[in-house]
Amino acid sequence: MTNRKLLLEHLDVPGIQGIDAYVKHGGYASLKKALQKMSPDEVVEEVKKSGLRGRGGAGFPTGLKWSFLAKPEGIPRYLVCNADESEPGTFKDRYLMEKIPHLLVEGMILSSYALGAKTSYIYIRGEFMYVLEILQNAINEAYAKGYLGKNIFGSGFDHDLVITPGGGAYICGEETALLESLEGKRGNPRIKPPFPAVKGLWASPTVVNNVESIAAVVPIVRDGGDAYASIGIGKSTGTKLVSACGNLERPGVYEIELGLSVEEFIYGDNYCRGIAKGKKLKACVPGGSSVPILPHHLVTKTAAGEQRLMTYESLADGGFQSGSMLGSGGFIVFDEDQCIVRNTWNFTRFYAHESCGQCSPCREGTGWMEKVLHRLETGKGHLRDIDLLADINKKIEGNTICPLGDAAAWPVAAAIRHFRDEFEWHVTHPEEAQIRNYGLIQQPLVA
Amino acid sequence: MKESKKVVTTEGTTQFSAELIAKMEEAKNCFPEGKEKSAILKILHLAQAEFGWLSVHSMDQIAEILRVEPIEVYEVATFYTMFHLEPVGKYVFEVCRTGPCMLVGSDQLIEYIGHKLNIGIGETTKDGLFTLKTAECLGGCGYGPLLQCRHRFHEHLTPEKIDSLIEQYQRGEIKPGAL
Repeated sequence: MTNRKLLLEHLDVPGIQGIDAYVKHGGYASLKKALQKMSPDEVVEEVKKSGLRGRGGAGFPTGLKWSFLAKPEGIPRYLVCNADESEPGTFKDRYLMEKIPHLLVEGMILSSYALGAKTSYIYIRGEFMYVLEILQNAINEAYAKGYLGKNIFGSGFDHDLVITPGGGAYICGEETALLESLEGKRGNPRIKPPFPAVKGLWASPTVVNNVESIAAVVPIVRDGGDAYASIGIGKSTGTKLVSACGNLERPGVYEIELGLSVEEFIYGDNYCRGIAKGKKLKACVPGGSSVPILPHHLVTKTAAGEQRLMTYESLADGGFQSGSMLGSGGFIVFDEDQCIVRNTWNFTRFYAHESCGQCSPCREGTGWMEKVLHRLETGKGHLRDIDLLADINKKIEGNTICPLGDAAAWPVAAAIRHFRDEFEWHVTHPEEAQIRNYGLIQQPLVA
Repeated sequence: MKESKKVVTTEGTTQFSAELIAKMEEAKNCFPEGKEKSAILKILHLAQAEFGWLSVHSMDQIAEILRVEPIEVYEVATFYTMFHLEPVGKYVFEVCRTGPCMLVGSDQLIEYIGHKLNIGIGETTKDGLFTLKTAECLGGCGYGPLLQCRHRFHEHLTPEKIDSLIEQYQRGEIKPGAL
């Protein structure tokens, strides 16, 4: 399969962080094209045609999301970029912003033109302060060239772009929590409806998009939506940044064409080059910590024995019984020496720490699960704890304002579904479990 | 608003300078009139960078700058984990402990740092130089184990790298990252 790059094409160009090198390699040509030759609606149309799906994790079609934006007279509209990348396993946006900051800046101006937003905001997680500085420099350069400010490219379109930091809260990656935070409040998610497209930032119509989604608008406008849609398979179009981590020979950020096989991604020379230190694959969480874990026999093949592909559909094949999700592209790989119980406890501790505390099922449930899992991990658990976890799980899922509750519940449910014997072993062999790991599962648990 | 200043720690030590206030006013100007509260996180970061932590006195001054009630600053400062609400060491090592970092040895690294500095998690060395904290996912999963300190990331850490990092900080060779 070919390996076209749309976002990271000029990654290796010296000085690509700066505006001169970026412009020399075709930068801001999409913006110029849109402002001089296309109407805002035509830009939206190209994005719809491209089939681009939100790259933050939910995979909702970006063009469709844009078309929901309310446009009442006399009320400002806003575009907000979600750069609060904090889903464990995900570090692709940071990479993109750090390496080619102007791609995001250009995408922001371009998308704002399509949406009719005179001001847009980039909300970046507080830990990425050095990336904020890189982006601020890029924004300053864009102002100096006249790509931001008044009457851009003589089109009459004015635009201001502001970047602002968060303060360390995973929940602010949820779009309504992000808007609360951007308004200077605690990051408590809002009840929907109203959706941000109707009442978002300061109660104005707002679109919130992930960094990578906004950056992808640049090649979409340059080449046209159809060209973008010609890459990939079915409803998984274009390229995707995947951040690979865990026990891999070569972890890092890769731009892949959607449709690449999972096997090629893990073992291929152009990608992760296999499991670190020649060990065996035990499991994989393919789309950030919130998505279901896959045991080794379901990573490169589906339950039906078909090749598993890096697409929204193929990774989800089999539903939650035997599939997972592409999610944010946070691809976490576990080698044979990793303990699934410990990892599940670790992830649950994360969610318990990051729950905003608004909804009881999530606030209490994540804490309970963390305690029960810790008990199991340290050899003090009972067999009934495993069913107790499944029970707490069901009571969190679907019963919270925002998806953090689901995100906390799914990984636990999946770990028990696929690795129940390992959980039980922690109960039946408490002393042994403190000295050694369970190792690889021997028998597939899902037919 | 003065009644709210119940706990003013060491009078004067967290008094904002004119220069700091000017930076905060500039941060406010990034937002439309009437929406200046949006600058609160940036302003809290500025105050923390200046004093190392956020005292009630600092938060009360911020409330005056933003023209909001002090509680509106407290409730925000207590929500976000990057803000230290009590004094910490000059250098706070926040080591990521979440899944992907754990897979590549963050648990052992945290233990090593604690042993090396002779402190537990959340504690500060007697000379006041280092505080050890753990952090949830810092977004550097492919480069772990890692820690952040004063807006800088230190990645691909090993015990040897920790040794040299601590020495470099002791000698004051590592400047704080951008803010």
